Amino acid sequence: MSGRVRLLQGNEACVEGALRAGLKFYAGYPITPSTEIAELLAERLPKAGGVFIQMEDEIGSIAAVIGASLAGLKSMTATSGPGFSLMQENIGYAAMAEVPCVIVNVQRMGPSTGLPTSPAQGDVMQARWGCHGDHPVVVLCPSSVEETFHLTISAFDISEALRIPVILLSDEVIAHMRERVVLPEGDIPVRSRPRPTVPPEEYLPYDSSFGDVPPMASFGDGYRFHVTGLSHDESGFPVGPGKTTGCLMKRLLGKVESRRKDLVNLSEEYTDDAEILVFSYGSPARSALRAVRLAREEGIKAGFLKTSTLWPFPSEELAERARKARFIIVPEMNSGQIRGEVERSLRWDIPVIPVGRLDGELMTPSEVLSAIREAAGRV
Amino acid sequence: MKIGVRLAGEGGQGLILAGMILAEAAAVEEGKNTVMTQSYGPESRGGASKAEVIISDSDIDYPKVQNPDVLLVMSQEAYDKYSPDLREGGILLYDSSSVKALNPKPSVKCVGVPLTELAKKEVGRALVANIVALGSLNELSSLVSHEALTKAVLGRVPRGTEEMNLKALEVGRRAVGHCGK
Repeated sequence: MSGRVRLLQGNEACVEGALRAGLKFYAGYPITPSTEIAELLAERLPKAGGVFIQMEDEIGSIAAVIGASLAGLKSMTATSGPGFSLMQENIGYAAMAEVPCVIVNVQRMGPSTGLPTSPAQGDVMQARWGCHGDHPVVVLCPSSVEETFHLTISAFDISEALRIPVILLSDEVIAHMRERVVLPEGDIPVRSRPRPTVPPEEYLPYDSSFGDVPPMASFGDGYRFHVTGLSHDESGFPVGPGKTTGCLMKRLLGKVESRRKDLVNLSEEYTDDAEILVFSYGSPARSALRAVRLAREEGIKAGFLKTSTLWPFPSEELAERARKARFIIVPEMNSGQIRGEVERSLRWDIPVIPVGRLDGELMTPSEVLSAIREAAGRV
Repeated sequence: MKIGVRLAGEGGQGLILAGMILAEAAAVEEGKNTVMTQSYGPESRGGASKAEVIISDSDIDYPKVQNPDVLLVMSQEAYDKYSPDLREGGILLYDSSSVKALNPKPSVKCVGVPLTELAKKEVGRALVANIVALGSLNELSSLVSHEALTKAVLGRVPRGTEEMNLKALEVGRRAVGHCGK
């Protein structure tokens, strides 16, 4: 691939990706380990014709992002655990009102203030279920600097195409790590929200006759419409319980469910004859790949799986690849949040061995290798 | 070929910047696969700080350095904490201005340079001890070419400080000869 060679930090790659995706509005409140995103965008976004605003807190940040998106701008914010918690209510609003937006959560050790400069993956379930109510959301999870660049662009594409909030779930290791990357030159094709083709007087903001993602007008373009977090009909005005609400919820959830196969992003190495599979995501994927390579050197038939889309969870794809496996090892820097999903996907047919780490340090290859060896002894 | 380098000391000594410069020299100037990680505390000065750089011909999976081939320590605490990790036959560069109690493994090539003293006396600012260290470190272990390192230093230091930093790099490079390469 031709392009410019650079040494970039994960957070810098996120900024590069966001700008290439067409970001035009950022509102945020700086917090370690996401601060570099705000710092860089404060400088770069105005030069790219966009607007940067530092808000009073994270509640205001996500609210401003939703407002700017309704006015037609591709919008994002970035934060970490404590700020992500504060954003939850409005993430639900964005899902209900179908406002595209990208939320970057660079995970640090929690709960509460925890270890501000140390990595963890404790927000995996919060990213999926943090706001109340059933809601559609897509969560992408990079495990390298280069992947952070590409997944940031994907986050905008998915968010715009489906009119949903998309969460880029990074962690302190990936965010602060610097790697040699080659960024593609020239224009990258990116997606934007569907726009109305009808005149303003005929426009209905949630008209599902155009498909499950209704065209989205921008405030200020002459289209007058109502936006609410209340359950609503196609006009955007509130409705009560019953069929309209049922149909709305079905359509909202269906936007992600019906595209599950396109959204899943699973990569694999050494899986052809693998008896022991390591299923990973985020920074521990790096440790997992090393461990699998070391295990192969020892003659153990270990395989490596990594998912870059965490939600929707790649249940069917995992089950398909695990058909021949005897054990699945799940390394994660939490107390086993994805382990349960893996067990559910495999219908408890194959033993799942969790490898957890909760001390704010990156998991080591030897921790994963020990689990592989132990499983190999039982194969 | 794969080399792991760890730069360790106190927060505020510029070790993360030094790691960035070294990584940039390897990645951008020499086109090698390079990963740099860092760990630091919430303090802006004081506390422990370290940067790690891996330079490799092949792809780099695990990004941290567990047993460095080359270790720079700029505080006694960093020496005490990290010298046991150094691999057999590895290279240890220590700032003899602050690291006094040493007991290295026999196989280790151990070189002391008064990095902070030299930065103060020869260059005029203790602030550039990290660049002096880079000069010494690269002279000892030939991680990257001198040209690549010089370019990377110039690309990262604040405008107006280029001359001072190049001098620091040169002071570090020469000091290794004097201190017993």
